[in-house]
Amino acid sequence: MTLDDLKTTCSPTWCPGCGNMTIWAAFKTAVVKEGWDNTNTALVAGIGCHGHITSFTKLTSLESLHGRALPVACGLKLYRPDLNVFVFMGDGDCFGEGGNHFIHSARRNHNITAILHNNGLYALTTGQTSPLSPHGFKTKSTPAGNPDEPINPLALAITAGATFVARVYAGNIPMLTQTIIEANNHQGFSFIEVLQPCVTFNKEFTHQFFQENTYQLPTSYDPMDKLLAYEKSHEFGLKQIPVGVFYNISTPTPEKKSSLKPGTEINHQAQNLPDLSHLFDSYS
Amino acid sequence: MSSNRHPVVDGIFSIKIGGEAGQGIKSVGLMLAKYAMRTGLNVYDYIEYPSLIRGGHNIMQVNISAEPVTGAYQKCDLLVALNQDTITKHYQELTDGAGLIFDADKKYDLAKVNKNIALYPVPLAKLAKDADGAELLSNTVALGAVVGLLGGDLNGLIDLLSESFGHKSDELQKSNIKALQLGYDYATQNFVKAMKPILTSSETTASVVPQILVNGNEACALGAISGGLDFAAIYPMSPISGILAVLAANQEKYGYIYKQPEDEISAINTAIGAAFGGARTLTATSGGGFCLMTESYGLAGMTETPIVIIDGMRGGPATGLPTWSEQGDLRMVLHAHQGDFPRIVLAPGDPKETFELTMQALNLAEIYQTPVVILLDKNICDNDQNFAQFDTSGYQINRGKLFNKVDPYYKRYQLEPDGISPRAFAGSGNFFVANSDEHDEYGLSTEEIAMRVSQVTKRLTKQETCLKNHTQGPQLYGPKEAELTLIAWGGTKGPILQALKELPTVNFLHVTWLNPFPASQLATALKKSKKVLNIENNYTAQLAGLIKEHTGIELTDNLLKYDGRPFFVDELVAEINRRLA
Repeated sequence: MTLDDLKTTCSPTWCPGCGNMTIWAAFKTAVVKEGWDNTNTALVAGIGCHGHITSFTKLTSLESLHGRALPVACGLKLYRPDLNVFVFMGDGDCFGEGGNHFIHSARRNHNITAILHNNGLYALTTGQTSPLSPHGFKTKSTPAGNPDEPINPLALAITAGATFVARVYAGNIPMLTQTIIEANNHQGFSFIEVLQPCVTFNKEFTHQFFQENTYQLPTSYDPMDKLLAYEKSHEFGLKQIPVGVFYNISTPTPEKKSSLKPGTEINHQAQNLPDLSHLFDSYS
Repeated sequence: MSSNRHPVVDGIFSIKIGGEAGQGIKSVGLMLAKYAMRTGLNVYDYIEYPSLIRGGHNIMQVNISAEPVTGAYQKCDLLVALNQDTITKHYQELTDGAGLIFDADKKYDLAKVNKNIALYPVPLAKLAKDADGAELLSNTVALGAVVGLLGGDLNGLIDLLSESFGHKSDELQKSNIKALQLGYDYATQNFVKAMKPILTSSETTASVVPQILVNGNEACALGAISGGLDFAAIYPMSPISGILAVLAANQEKYGYIYKQPEDEISAINTAIGAAFGGARTLTATSGGGFCLMTESYGLAGMTETPIVIIDGMRGGPATGLPTWSEQGDLRMVLHAHQGDFPRIVLAPGDPKETFELTMQALNLAEIYQTPVVILLDKNICDNDQNFAQFDTSGYQINRGKLFNKVDPYYKRYQLEPDGISPRAFAGSGNFFVANSDEHDEYGLSTEEIAMRVSQVTKRLTKQETCLKNHTQGPQLYGPKEAELTLIAWGGTKGPILQALKELPTVNFLHVTWLNPFPASQLATALKKSKKVLNIENNYTAQLAGLIKEHTGIELTDNLLKYDGRPFFVDELVAEINRRLA
């Protein structure tokens, strides 16, 4: 498989320089590297600029509703544990409309990889504040500055029960590629916060800002220490934005090895009807 | 018993057991119903309970007859009062010569109870304590007394009780059996010639074929399992929680998945995700939960993802009457969600139809690749009725147009004359986008005029195809020629059929297909009718409106009830007779 195999008839409609471009590039690189294709992989996306990725990537996908990508992905993975399931979601999408799903998908530790395109605002609706916009942030909906405090997505993920939690800057394609592969290999709910510049509406979180202010978690950092991970997730400031794998532990996932009924195959028309006589007996 | 009523009604013996929530009204009521069924009788039980776990007033009515019985009565032939409230609230329902079982040692006020009522004081609490139990076993003592009083056999009752205690401690089982025995002995020794021997074994239609006693929730779950269910996600809500109880308990054995999601929004989306992967899926809720699902009801319509949604209706709006019944959601499920998309809406009238239509719905959803809604109501969901064990031999799983090849040019939303495109699943090797945005034949987003028009038309053509190939017209019950024709949908069927037995000049059209709407069949049937009475459990006569919309026929006589209670058979007979007079 090559990158060309992933082309669809649609060309990207993101703004030049948009962080989505490099997220897309990193994802496709991982796809080619790992041999993910339409027999073993499916994508689910929410609604927002990020969601357009499904139209530009030739992998079977379900473009769901705003905020609802996670429950769709959880259902898919429960029934099809054989598939690599990737979820693309926006910060407004996942933490505004879909906040409840995020908490519970993480809590149940579904074996899926959720990638947050965090550009800190609503871009497709032309720039309003999101639940992840910083306090004081000026947007069309908060002309006097965002009066609210943002959600800390990493801290929330760790608290809710995600078992692989990472942060990567969108412009670092090799690191993001590697993190996506690691997240997919992880058995359990994997959450990657991608710091994604929105070149059109977010003048604070620019490529330059992230390039100057992120630093890699040191090799001595222990990602199995939950309290440390929680503490680290609160570090955010000039020259003080850690990137890397914050948390990585192994706990059971709700998916079985195979969800198929014995003797059945996906895509087969004929199925034997179950024998219900024993069940009927309990009502006699 | 009274002498001058119609023989069929005389043939119904109605027992009411009342007390507080927590006194075990439902468990003994259900045991009594099952006991009666096992003696070869027909039963229909009806439960009233408030939305709380302790206190309040609970009542379970068990209607017993040699003939099939399909509805609840207001009248009562034997009242079992586990508290004063039961007497105060129900003494007026007692028929002449009816009986009243109550605790002999509690100083209940019986002043208002008619002199023609036979009093059967039983020291319920004392006997419960004698059975090494606490007063809590009063219900079991009362059950023993009822069966004793009605000429039943203690051994059969003990067997039944033992079965139901299968997983509980021996001590508890022993004290329950003792309580049954003490109640039974007390009744047989003290009231030896007191009442009719209703519960003696009898040769009836129900005694020939193996019978099951099920309510609509159970029948729905059984239908889903029979119909090849692969995946269900259901958030608990009255009155459909019984569905998930059966599905959750049997998933390992039958190989499907049940998952409790965080809310109804997640329930429907989880089901859509599983269906995207190839599962036959179902979710269930009540009206309030359906409101949350509305958003993804349309997602299923747009992405052409098969899904069955059960809406067990209760009194609305908002929290409304959580544990009572209504038929208020018809217009909601017909119109919910923005824009136009095809939907199939079915409304079974009893547990047997619920079983059959749930199986059929799983097929219809996959044949038409669109959501199918089954409207139940609290009465169907909760009330048990006996049926000959359900027969599934005529049923075959139909997964619709599946695409079983791998094709680089596969078109998930290929334009087809019948509107139905070939369906592949995620992981099949075929690329497509199941897209909530308008899309082209591959599923890729498009806003181009011609494709938008073609895709909308394609989706809605499926509804036309369904109307031609599957929609069923109304079912006619009773004589072909009638002075009065009743029309109703869904769960009012039971009490109407029961009333019909007393109304030889009346027939009844029962509608189970609400969308695509069987307009021509209905118009034909209604034009033949001399006089029509529309019967619904809602304020706005939602079916009548639909009939007018689709056929131009205006039904002017509507019998509407929206107090949360079902139509009682005796109430219906009186209403209809008034119109015949």
